[in-house]
Amino acid sequence: MESELRERTAALLAAHDPADTDRLAFLQARFDAGLAWVHFPEGLGGLGAPRSLQAVVDAELAAAGAPGNDPRRIGIGLGMAAPTILKYGTDAQKRRFLRPLWTGEEVWCQLFSEPGAGSDLAALGTRAVLDGDTWVVDGQKVWTSSAHTARWAILIARTDPDVPKHQGITYFVCDMTDPGVDVRPLRQITGEAEFNEVFLTGVRIPDAHRLGAVGEGWQVAQTTLNNERVAIGGQAAPREAGMVGVVAETWRARPELRTHDLHQRLLKGWVEAEVARLTGERLRQQLTVGQPGPEGAAMKLAFARLAQELSGLEVELLGEEGLSYDDWTMRRPDHVDFTGREAGYRYLRAKGNSIEGGTSEILRNIIAERVLGLPGEPRTDKNVPWKELPR
Amino acid sequence: MTADLLYSEVEEELRASVRALLADHCTTAAVLARCEGPAPYDPALWRKLAADLGAAGLHVPEAAGGAGASLRETAVVLEELGRSVAPVPFLGSVVLATTALLAACPADPLTAALAEGARTAALAVPLSTAPGSAFPAGVRVDGAGTLGGRITAVADASAADVLLVPAAGPQGAALYAVEASAAGLGVVPRTSLDLTRPVADVTLAGVPGRLLAAGPDAEAALQRALLTGAGLLASEQLGIAEWCLATTVAYLKERTQFARPLGSFQAIKHRLADLWLETVGARAAARYAADTLARGDADAPVAVALAQAHCGALAVRAAEECVQLHGGIGMTWEHPAHLYLKRAKADQIALGTPGAHRASLARLVDLPAPVSG
Ligand SMILES: Cc1cc2nc3c(=O)[nH]c(=O)nc-3n(C[C@H](O)[C@H](O)[C@H](O)COP(=O)(O)OP(=O)(O)OC[C@H]3O[C@@H](n4cnc5c(N)ncnc54)[C@H](O)[C@@H]3O)c2cc1C
Repeated sequence: MESELRERTAALLAAHDPADTDRLAFLQARFDAGLAWVHFPEGLGGLGAPRSLQAVVDAELAAAGAPGNDPRRIGIGLGMAAPTILKYGTDAQKRRFLRPLWTGEEVWCQLFSEPGAGSDLAALGTRAVLDGDTWVVDGQKVWTSSAHTARWAILIARTDPDVPKHQGITYFVCDMTDPGVDVRPLRQITGEAEFNEVFLTGVRIPDAHRLGAVGEGWQVAQTTLNNERVAIGGQAAPREAGMVGVVAETWRARPELRTHDLHQRLLKGWVEAEVARLTGERLRQQLTVGQPGPEGAAMKLAFARLAQELSGLEVELLGEEGLSYDDWTMRRPDHVDFTGREAGYRYLRAKGNSIEGGTSEILRNIIAERVLGLPGEPRTDKNVPWKELPR
Repeated sequence: MTADLLYSEVEEELRASVRALLADHCTTAAVLARCEGPAPYDPALWRKLAADLGAAGLHVPEAAGGAGASLRETAVVLEELGRSVAPVPFLGSVVLATTALLAACPADPLTAALAEGARTAALAVPLSTAPGSAFPAGVRVDGAGTLGGRITAVADASAADVLLVPAAGPQGAALYAVEASAAGLGVVPRTSLDLTRPVADVTLAGVPGRLLAAGPDAEAALQRALLTGAGLLASEQLGIAEWCLATTVAYLKERTQFARPLGSFQAIKHRLADLWLETVGARAAARYAADTLARGDADAPVAVALAQAHCGALAVRAAEECVQLHGGIGMTWEHPAHLYLKRAKADQIALGTPGAHRASLARLVDLPAPVSG
C-alpha cells in the first residue's frame, strides 16, 4: 500500500507540476487522485488506506513544494464536518460537500452552542419545523467561530420539544448564504472578533441537507464532538512544538530575564509538555486506525492546561515588556495564529483553550465517567420532556 | 521519533505470567504480614520470579547466560512489582548490580549466576544517588588491595550474596565484587521508611575484593547502572500509581455517604480524572525511557530525567490521594495503602529526586538557570 501511495503521489506531481499549476487546480487534482485524506473511501478524496499513511503522502508533497489546503483556515470543516458527513451523510451529500470542503473552496462553521445551551448542549432551543420537504429554522447560536467566512454550517436544532432533551434533536447542513442567517461579530478578550453570534430567522433547509435520522441528531453530534477534541489536542508534533517551544526560545535568547523561580516553573512546564507530547504519540501508535475516544478528551485537557501555564509564564518572564500588548484593533481573522502574535495575545487567547470544544470541567466528567467508570451525578432532567425543563 | 511506546505481545505475555505469580504468592496481606517479621524479603517468591520465571536474566545477552531480551521487558516486570509492592531485591540485583556488571565485564561468571537467579547482588551506593553524580570516594583500596570505608542506605544489600562496590583505587575509580560472607564486611539494616525495600549501611574494614573494572570503565559502568536504574524505576512508579488509582476508584464506586456513592461527587471525580491523566502520561514517559535505554538511543539521558521528573512525583501523589480518599481506613496499618505510600515516597528520593532530574534536564535541553538572582 505504501509503495502504491508513493507511485500515485509521484504520478500526481508529474501530471501537475506544482511550479506551474494553479493552487486550487492542484488541490482538486490531489483530491481526485485519492491523496487528500488517504483513509477516506475511493472517489471521496481517499483510497481506503490506513490513516497513518497520510504522513507519507504529506511528506512527499511537501518536499516537492506542493501547495497545502490551509488547515488552520478550514479546521472546522476538516476536523468536524468531514468525519460526520462521512459517517452519516448520503452518497449525494458526500459527493457535494467533501471536495470543496477539503480544497478550502468552502469554509465550514459549527452552529451548536446557544446562549442557554453550552456545556449542556442537549438543552438547545433552536427550533426546526418541517414544511413540506423543507425545514424552517428559528433561533440563536453563539460563539460561532468562522461564521463570517463560512459557506456552510453544521447545525443542530430541536425538532421535537415533547420528548426528553437528547431525543428531540436533528442534525443539518445549513447554507450560510440563506437570507435568514444573520452573522454579528462578538469581540473577544484579545480584541479581535474570531467568533460570532448567529441569528437564524425563518432559515429554509431542504430535507436533503439533513444528516442522520430525524430525532437522532445527538448521536450524530457525538461524532463531531469526539473529532473536535482530537482535532484540538491530537496532532503529531516534534519536541518543543507549540507554546513550550516559544517560551524556551525566549528563555534561551534572553538570559537577562531569567529568575530562579521562573526556571523551576519553566522546567516543570517543559516536563509536562514533553510528557503530553509522548502521551499523544503513544495514543497515535495505539489508535492509528481506530476511532477517537475519551483519550482525545484527555489530550485536549492536557493541552489547555499547558498552553495556559506556559503562555502566562512567558508574559511574566518578559517583565516590563509584558506590560505591553501588540494590538487591540478589532479584527476579523480567518484563523487563529498563536505564534504570529506576541506573548500577551497568546496568554489571552489560551484562556479559550479550556472553554472551546468542551470545557475542562466537562472533559474531567467524561474521563471520570467513561474511562474510570465512576457513577454519574444524580440527574434532574432524565426522562423529562425538553419543554418542561427549567431554563 | 522511532521509539515504540506500546507493549509487544511478548511483553504482555510476560506481564501476565508475572502478574499470575504475584497474585498467587504476593498478596498484600502476605506482604503486610512479612513487614512485621524479622525477614523483610520473600526468598521463595524471589526464587520463583528470578530463577523459575527467568525475570533476573531478561536483559542479559544469551552469550552472558541471560534470556537476550531487553530492558523493555525488565521494565514490564518492574511495573508489576510496583503494582504489588513485592518484597524482592529486583531493583538492587537485576537492575542496578546486573547492569553495572554487564557494563564492566559481561563475561564474568557472576553475570550468569545473577541472570539465572542463582545468586543475588546489590550495588553499594546510597539509593539516593542520582545519575551523573561524582564517582563515590567513601571506600578506599589500601596498599594490600583490601577495601575500607562505609556506604549508607544501600538498597537490597541485606538480601545480597555479593556487593558491587565502587571504590577509590590506586589508579582512581574502580569497581570491586565483594562476597557478603567476607571477613570485615558489615551489613547493618536500617529501620527504613519503605518497609518492602529496606536499605542497609555497609561497612568495610580490610575486606578482600575482586577487581571488575578500573578507571573510565568503572565510571562508565556505574553511570550506566544509575541511568538504567533511574529510567526503569519509572516503570515501578507507574505500577504503584496504577494500583493506587484503580484501588481508589473501586473503593469510591462502592462506598456510600450522603445516600450516594462517593464516586458520584464531582469534587472527587475531577481529582481522579486529573490523576488518571498524569498516570497516562507516566506510562508514555516510562515506556519512552525503557525503549531509549533498550536501544541505546542518544536521547536516553533526556528520557530518563523526564521520566523521573514526572513519575517520581506522580507515584507519591497517587499514593497520597489513595490514603486521603479512603478516609479513616486509609490511615490504618491493616489497609495496604501505606505500603504504597512508603514505597512511592522512598522511590521519589531513589536515584535522584524529581528536582535533581529537572536540574539535569536544564543542562541536557539547554534551559540554563540564571547566573545570579
Ligand atoms: C474561542 C471559542 C470558540 C468557540 N467556537 C465555537 C463554535 O465554533 N461553535 C460552537 O457551537 N461553539 C463554540 N464555542 C462555544 C463553546 O463550546 C462553549 O463556550 C462551551 O461549551 C461552554 O459553554 P458555555 O460557554 O455556555 O459555558 P457554561 O456551560 O455556562 O459553563 C460555565 C462554567 O461552568 C462550568 N460547568 C458547566 N457545566 C458544568 C458541570 N456539569 N460541572 C462542572 N462545571 C460545569 C463550565 O466548565 C464553565 O466553567 C466556542 C467557545 C470559545 C471560547
